[in-house]
Amino acid sequence: MTRTTRLVLFGIAAAGFGVVLAYGLAGLPAFGDYQGVYGHVIDGIGVTERHATDLVTAINFDIRGFDTLGEEFILFGSVLGVVLILRQMRGEHDRPRQHEADEHTFAGASEALRALSLAVIPAILAIGIYIVVHGQLTPGGGFQGGVILAAGPLVVFLAGRYLRMRLVAPETLVEIGEAAGALGYALVGLSGLVLAGVFFKNFLPLGISGHLLSGGQLDVASTAVGLEVSGAFLVAFSEFLDQAIVVSGSPRS
Amino acid sequence: MTFLPYAIAAWLFLVGLYGIVSSRNLIRAILSLTVVQSATYVVLLGVGYSKGAQAPIFADIPQTSKAVDPVVQVLVLTDVVIEATVTAMLLALAVQAYKRFGSLDPQDLRAIQD
Repeated sequence: MTRTTRLVLFGIAAAGFGVVLAYGLAGLPAFGDYQGVYGHVIDGIGVTERHATDLVTAINFDIRGFDTLGEEFILFGSVLGVVLILRQMRGEHDRPRQHEADEHTFAGASEALRALSLAVIPAILAIGIYIVVHGQLTPGGGFQGGVILAAGPLVVFLAGRYLRMRLVAPETLVEIGEAAGALGYALVGLSGLVLAGVFFKNFLPLGISGHLLSGGQLDVASTAVGLEVSGAFLVAFSEFLDQAIVVSGSPRS
Repeated sequence: MTFLPYAIAAWLFLVGLYGIVSSRNLIRAILSLTVVQSATYVVLLGVGYSKGAQAPIFADIPQTSKAVDPVVQVLVLTDVVIEATVTAMLLALAVQAYKRFGSLDPQDLRAIQD
């Protein structure tokens, strides 16, 4: 199929689809005129029932905790997929260990960028941990904080020290962290089943709203998810960076 | 302008689809897919918005304040995570396609042409 035929076909299909889409969207309530029920119910009882002030986290890790389990394993599975797709093919081999000078050339990092990168790493890690553990109080939680935490070691790469990054965040340790996070979240659910009788039912004391240790299982679940997300992203990052920096040779079919 | 957010969502969806169809580079096609997915964020957040309501964070507002629907916000969070995983998988496939065919142009993927 040529490019022109493809675009013409798309034009016809998109016009038809656009009409149906507009018709469907026209049936929605006007913007700002909220018709739902669950939103008001949860806004009304969330703080009293869960002692959490960020209701998004309360839904994510408690009220809809079971859905998040599925979401978490999608992340886990897709990172496994990335590792599998980017595995070492026949005909490919790792480049011999490079000199540090070559690494710097690849990343193109100046001395000033390197110094700044190393200086911001502690700040990035502190913000990441803050976001993970304060999920039940203010916007944040395991997913958001986990991504920030994964950015820490990535800054070592920006500083032109990719091979050093592999020392800071060794693959085995990162993979164990990812798996432990996934398992930890599943264990939160199972503990609810064993100790409170229902899968993902809160089994920890709720504490006082607004305090760091409040919201029952939210903090535990958030920490497990933060560990899993940062591990998952680091595994994916290093798989892609390996392709650019470490792997050489072309695959034979 | 009560329909503006939905119009933006429809536009994002269609412009992203056009990006996928017209791409001569797999990376551009993958990024266009993320544009399509971002249409769903706009729809979800638009559906949950209620006029004059605040964010569903009761850290510094009274518990009785009117707030928007937090459920759709959680769905958007899920959506973002799924988008990141899908993008990672597709980029990995693009890396392998480049290795095998020496090109990122979808037209050059011989296995598809045969």
